[in-house]
Amino acid sequence: MIEIKKLHKSYPIGKDSLHVLKGIDLHIKEGEFVSIMGSSGSGKSTLLNIVGLLDEHDEGEYYLNGKLIKNLNEKKAAILRNKFLGFVFQSFNLISYKTALENVALPLYYKGVPRKERLKIAMEYLDKVELKDWANHLPNELSGGQKQRVAIARALVTKPKVVLADEPTGALDSTTTDNVMDLLRDINDEGMTVFVITHEEEVAAQTKRIVRLKDGIIISDNLTSKSKAV
Amino acid sequence: MKFLFDSDTWQEIYGSIRKNKTRTAITIIGVLWGIFLLVVLLGAARGIENNFNKIFGSFATNSVFVWTQSTDTPFKGFQKGRRFSLTLRDVEILKSEFSKEIRLLAPRNRTNNLIIKDFKSGNYQVSGDYPVLDKIQKKDLMYGRFLNDNDILSYAKVCVISEDMYKDLFDKGEEPIGQYLKINSINYKLIGVYKRSNGISFDGNAAYIPFTTFQKVYNRGDKIDWMMITANEGVDIEQMEADVLLTLKNLHKVHPDDKRAFGSVNLGVEIGKVTGFLTGMQFLTWFVGIATLIAGVFAIGNILLITVKERTKEIGIRRALGATPISIRRQIVLESVFLTTVAGMLGIVFGALVLFGIDSMVGSGDDAIMINPTVNIPIILIAFLTLTVLGSLIGLIPAYMATIVKPIEALREE
Ligand SMILES: Nc1ncnc2c1ncn2[C@@H]1O[C@H](COP(=O)(O)OP(=O)(O)OP(=O)(O)O)[C@@H](O)[C@H]1O
Ligand SMILES: [Mg+2]
Repeated sequence: MIEIKKLHKSYPIGKDSLHVLKGIDLHIKEGEFVSIMGSSGSGKSTLLNIVGLLDEHDEGEYYLNGKLIKNLNEKKAAILRNKFLGFVFQSFNLISYKTALENVALPLYYKGVPRKERLKIAMEYLDKVELKDWANHLPNELSGGQKQRVAIARALVTKPKVVLADEPTGALDSTTTDNVMDLLRDINDEGMTVFVITHEEEVAAQTKRIVRLKDGIIISDNLTSKSKAV
Repeated sequence: MKFLFDSDTWQEIYGSIRKNKTRTAITIIGVLWGIFLLVVLLGAARGIENNFNKIFGSFATNSVFVWTQSTDTPFKGFQKGRRFSLTLRDVEILKSEFSKEIRLLAPRNRTNNLIIKDFKSGNYQVSGDYPVLDKIQKKDLMYGRFLNDNDILSYAKVCVISEDMYKDLFDKGEEPIGQYLKINSINYKLIGVYKRSNGISFDGNAAYIPFTTFQKVYNRGDKIDWMMITANEGVDIEQMEADVLLTLKNLHKVHPDDKRAFGSVNLGVEIGKVTGFLTGMQFLTWFVGIATLIAGVFAIGNILLITVKERTKEIGIRRALGATPISIRRQIVLESVFLTTVAGMLGIVFGALVLFGIDSMVGSGDDAIMINPTVNIPIILIAFLTLTVLGSLIGLIPAYMATIVKPIEALREE
């Protein structure tokens, strides 16, 4: 599903440049549940953003669903994001003036799904995250956990191949964290590839594979006990 | 173009317009004010123009009126302060000397008299005229006819009176034609009644009688009080006025530089002044209107730019969810066009309402300041179109800014 070879990324800082990813090799197959760990500044988000086509890499190769990602224009990137990828962010990133239902339906709008059908599908996904009753509430009327579940519903609504989550539980307490992780596991059980960044060992332990980053290099890549259950 | 008719497009625009109320309000007010000013100013200018047209309407506009006063310079043995009169001989000389320039020339005499009809009477102006007067200053007759050549030749005792005089002297609904009026103890047969002219008039409420009749009855001999001259098409009316005055000064032994001896009004020059004023006013109107419009459109662009910055994060989110740059740009441009269009339409409607208000307050009656203050539909359409085009062009800038950055940079924005 995701294949990365000798991937490099630097950020220009003034005249110098900051070398963040220094040759990443990573292969994630369809249906995997992978977490990335590493200290702050190790390049986790950078990697995820490149995988999510929100940013571009400098060197190396990146294949998404078997397709080489190179010199992608924004239009193609947008279509690929819409088709293959779902995002969950630490800060939820819901649109404040849209209701939960409208937020969930938004990716379908860009996919060109008619409004009626869109809202129907969105409602199904809200039901899935147990927020059907909150469909017509604005984000600021929801708790953090509820917001993140709306965001997850939004990430899933287009039935993406890969769900990318950058510290999805970073702003949540332990109960809601479990809640969100249960959801991600359910998604994975349905066959979606899930790729999570986290700081918390307990969260990582619930995934099936843990990749550890340090200073832009993968230092370990292990399957967890959960993977054996499959 | 399909997106234009897509309810989702408008739903999105509605959402963002509602979200950004201040922006929406400022934008709408900016453009509304611009087009409102344009409509009202143009309408007012037109109204005033119409009014001037009405004032001068009944006159041949390239006319000069000449009369005598008293000299202010001694000349050829005459003291200053000498009084003298124009004569029919002057008329003949002018006619032959300026045969190329002069199209019409009406010598005129006037006096004031009591006019009696049965038991009613009033004091009015009585004017001895040739039929040609009707060509210089059109008389709009409500009954009968104006003087004709036969009346002149036969020294007919006939008269033409004004609508007001008819109302004063006759009973309501009474047939005026063929009745007799007594002017200065002589009976005149009424042959016509003319409508009151709304424009400038040098006669007021006058009873017109044949020039020859006047000459005889009031014993004027060769003398005339004043004359109206209308120039041919394309003649330099100011030059003609000067030449005519010089000829007359020569005939009456008046110093060529005498400023007071002859009085004259050059209608062409007066109208020229007014036309110049109107042109100036129209120019000002356009200038003010367009400047305001452009300012309004720039305000929109500026505000859109600000809100795009505010909305960078939102745009980043949308892009992460699969919004293509085109769809983002399209939405921003459409927002801009929508706002300008709505504001423009409101401006036109309010402008039209104000013009309507002006029209009903000062637009009718004889002392109307403006008449029929209207704006050309094509002009408004062009202004409106320009506005919309400018609106979409100016919307392009923030739209471009919104999509130039990588989505991740937009998302990182707080
Ligand atoms: N747009 C950018 N411009 C310059 N430097 C950047 C940019 N984004 C990230 N960096 C730098 O790249 C390095 C890696 O950042 P990244 O966000 O990938 O770290 P991270 O592993 O996600 O850290 P955290 O756990 O704190 O989220 C950091 O040193 C960061 O300062
Ligand atoms: Mg990070």
